[in-house]
Amino acid sequence: MAMRVAQELRDGMAVNLGIGLPTLVANYVPKEMTVWFQAENGILGYGGIAPDDEFDQDLINAGGQPVTLRPGACFFDSAASFAMIRGGHVDLTVLGGLQVSERGDLANWIVPERGGGSVGGAMDLAAGARRVIVVMDHTTKWGEPRIMRECAYPLTAPECVDLVVTDLAVIEVTRGGLALREVAPGVSAEEVQAVTGAPLTIPPELREMRF
Amino acid sequence: VAEKVFVTPGEAIQDVFDGATIMFGGFVTAGTPANLILALVERGTTGLTGIANNIGLGGRIDDLCEKRQLRKMIASFAIRASGARSSRFEAQYRAGEVELELVPQGTLAERIRAGGAGIGGFYTPTGAGTPMAEGKEIRVIDGREQVLEYGLRADFAFVRANRGDRAGNLSFRMAERNFNAVMATAADVVIAEVEELVETGEIETERVDVPGIYIDRIVQGARHEARWYP
Repeated sequence: MAMRVAQELRDGMAVNLGIGLPTLVANYVPKEMTVWFQAENGILGYGGIAPDDEFDQDLINAGGQPVTLRPGACFFDSAASFAMIRGGHVDLTVLGGLQVSERGDLANWIVPERGGGSVGGAMDLAAGARRVIVVMDHTTKWGEPRIMRECAYPLTAPECVDLVVTDLAVIEVTRGGLALREVAPGVSAEEVQAVTGAPLTIPPELREMRF
Repeated sequence: VAEKVFVTPGEAIQDVFDGATIMFGGFVTAGTPANLILALVERGTTGLTGIANNIGLGGRIDDLCEKRQLRKMIASFAIRASGARSSRFEAQYRAGEVELELVPQGTLAERIRAGGAGIGGFYTPTGAGTPMAEGKEIRVIDGREQVLEYGLRADFAFVRANRGDRAGNLSFRMAERNFNAVMATAADVVIAEVEELVETGEIETERVDVPGIYIDRIVQGARHEARWYP
C-alpha cells in the first residue's frame, strides 16, 4: 500500500505522512525526486526513518520515530508548523483511517467504544492540506467495510479525502461518489464492491495496482 | 536587573501552587523539561491542570500521575485510538480520576500563540463538522465553516532548550523547539531549563530563538535520556 501511495508523489512536493503505515511511504520515494517531508513537530525535509542505533531524541517525527535529515532541511516551532499546514502550504498528506464515507468524510481519531482518543495533527492536516490520501485496510479485522455511506465514528473532517488506497483497491472520491480506479492483483471489481459499504462506479478501463 | 538564574529545578518551581495551570513544552522525546517535571513530582503539588502536546508516550508528564497530581490535561495526543501502550494517565482517565480536553494539535499551538500574543481568539476550519466544534460559535468565512477558538494562557510554563544565557535568551537544538517556543510567551511565570547555561552575550545573536524577556527563571539541567516506544 505504501508503495502504491508513493506513486502519487511529485517532484518538489511538501508532504506530511501520518503516524503508522503512512510513514512507510518515505521509504519509496523515487531516487531522482525531491520530496519535502514535513513533520508537524517542526521539521521540513526529513529523509527517512533512522536506524535505532542512531536515535537522537531531539530528531524525531510526529510519531516519535527517529528520522534522518536531507540537505536543505529546516526546523521550526509548532505554531509555524501548523501555519504551514493550515495555510495550505502542504501539497499532500497521507493519513491512516478507520472509516471513510462516500463523500470523503474521514474518521480516524477515536473508536467510541474505547473512549479517550488522540487527535494529534489529523484534523489540521485533513482540513488544511491541499490533497488528502487515506491508506487503510479495506475492511476491519472482522471483515466489516471501512468505506461506507456515512461514517459511524466521529469525524476527523468532513469531505476532505481525495483518494483511498487499501489492500484491495484504489478509490477516488469524486463529486458523483466513489470511483474505483484500480484493483489489487487477482481481485475483481465485484469482490471489492462486496466488501465496500457504498456504491462504486466501475470504469471500463479498470487497472491493476502496480508496485 | 532581577536575577533569573536558579541553582536547582526545585528552587525554580518553589511557588507552584495547588490548582495551578502549567504548560509543559516538548513533543514526545524532544525538548521535554524533564528536570522541572521531576522537581514538580518531588514537590507533590496537586489539583494541576496540565497543557502539553502529549502525555503518556515516553515523555515525562505521565510521572505526575504517580502521585495523582493532575486534575485535568489539555493535550492533542493522550490515549491511542488503537488501544496500544496504556499509560498511568490512561488508567486514571478511565477510572474517572482525571479530565481530558482533547484539542487538535494546530488549534492547541495557535491557541497558545494567541494567548501569548494578546489575541482573544480566532476562527479556523480545523474541527468544523466534528465533535470538536460542539458548543462553539461557527462562522462561514471564505465559503468554509470555521470554528471560534480562544487564546490559552497558564500560570506557569516549563520549557526546555539546549542553550540559555543569564538574560533568559534561549537557543534550541534540532526539533526541540516544538511547543517550547510558543509556550514561553503564554504564561505568567515562564521557567526554562537548559542543557548549557552561558553568560549573556555568549549565544550568537542570530541563534537566539526565544528572546530573554519572555523567560522569568532559568536553571541548568542535564538532558534525561528518553527512548521511543513504537
